[in-house]
Amino acid sequence: MNQLAFVQAWIDVCAVDDIDEEDVMRFDHAQHTYAVYRSADSAFYATDGLCTHEKIHLADGLVMDHVIECPKHNGRFDYRDGKALGAPVCVNLRTYPVRVEAGRVMLALTA
Amino acid sequence: MSGHGETLIIVGAGHAGGRVALTLREEGYAGRLVLIGDELHLPYERPPLSKGLLQGSAELAHFSLCDAQRVDELAIEHMPGNPALKLDTQARRLQLADGRTLEYSALLLATGGKARRLPGVSPALTNVLYLRTHDEALALRSQLQPGARLVVVGGGFIGLEVAATARALGCQVTLLEAADRLAARVLPPRVSEALLALHREQGVDIRLGVQLQSVEGRERAEAVMLADGSRIPCDLLVVGIGMLPNTELAVQGGLAVGQGIQVDSTLRTSAEAVYAAGDVCEYRLEPGGAFQRQETWRNAEAQGRHAALNMLGRELPFMDLPAFWSDQFDAGLQTVGSLHNAAPSASRELPGGSFLLFYLDGQQRLRGVCGWAQGSSIGKDIKLCERLILDGKPLSPAELADPAVSLKQLLRG
Repeated sequence: MNQLAFVQAWIDVCAVDDIDEEDVMRFDHAQHTYAVYRSADSAFYATDGLCTHEKIHLADGLVMDHVIECPKHNGRFDYRDGKALGAPVCVNLRTYPVRVEAGRVMLALTA
Repeated sequence: MSGHGETLIIVGAGHAGGRVALTLREEGYAGRLVLIGDELHLPYERPPLSKGLLQGSAELAHFSLCDAQRVDELAIEHMPGNPALKLDTQARRLQLADGRTLEYSALLLATGGKARRLPGVSPALTNVLYLRTHDEALALRSQLQPGARLVVVGGGFIGLEVAATARALGCQVTLLEAADRLAARVLPPRVSEALLALHREQGVDIRLGVQLQSVEGRERAEAVMLADGSRIPCDLLVVGIGMLPNTELAVQGGLAVGQGIQVDSTLRTSAEAVYAAGDVCEYRLEPGGAFQRQETWRNAEAQGRHAALNMLGRELPFMDLPAFWSDQFDAGLQTVGSLHNAAPSASRELPGGSFLLFYLDGQQRLRGVCGWAQGSSIGKDIKLCERLILDGKPLSPAELADPAVSLKQLLRG
């Protein structure tokens, strides 16, 4: 889990208002793609950007409450902890720590 | 659920059959579980066959439903390459090609289909290929060399996706379609037009409203002759003119069969303790409606899961909405619900040439939606539309057409 991971660096993702409430944005950095979420109450989260089922970009999916639903299949995850919520997805998403600093969303690369 | 002493048999180890097997175990069924397949592979999903697999960016393991270790752990007796030959629904007995006879407590038919053959073409022509299975896709992949002259027969999803993948691999592609527009059976005219424009822009030579006369060549197809007298030379001919459901076993067993194996609202066939799911299953979308089949990923997944629950005695009516998608070049189309009207009730124009077409019923309730956009980006709106369809409240065409009105707000408003 995130608490145990060593933070290697904080990366600037975007301004807070670049992501709508209850929505998701794709963020690419160093050959890796992430999905960065803003919940309805403006908390921020980040997961791997590709669905663990068939590598579809989750940022094209729908955020409802704390669930991201893959745009193609019916795969659903809780984006706060990455938990897969049933078939066809069975592998959890990796999550990353996120913090807000001076109006910017920052994502932690972890080891 | 105990299930000791019982035997559940699944005939057909494709996506639907595989999902049935996995769901039975997830739901706690502990009795004997047999999964019988014609193909030699573990159950897999078919959409990547015409895209990722053909391109070389995905392999079978990436889109299998599970691996061999999982099958062992779940004590699923997978019998590959061993077709079922005879079904006796009175004695509840199934005979396999290897001579074995199995008795069942309940049986599920997910026998899928095979690619429809092009009439009048000798099966001996080694470069006339079809695409339904993993092995057919691999055979096609090996022949999609840069510069190869490919003729595709059929402007439905298989033909269009093969054309797009082959074009991206550097083939010269001509696509022939008998109708006056692409994928006319399932898509609104505006989406057919968008597909046509995209393929032509990408250099696919699409010819609509053409009739095939013959295929020239003795050992290999060398050219396709059209009824208007034109001759199209080819190195490779791919035929995508639909699927024939594998109903032989059901017919032999005396089940009710129309254009597929007919089932009631709980996915049970006309025989006691026999169910059907997936491409081969013919069912009514709504009570009193016409029988129809859904040859989609979504249907295999949803019916597979649902049939498993009912094999365990739940008796739940199947009510999932039909839905499908197709990816071609860098565009994606996606549909949910029924596109029942001649013309859409409203259309919403989105940035970058994307759009959504909405179909309302007489009470202004949303019944179906079709969208078109770059990549998978229409998925978000389609997921919201699915919830609006299920919600069933009356909607205003003006609001649906207005991109400033958020679909999420309409859902919650």
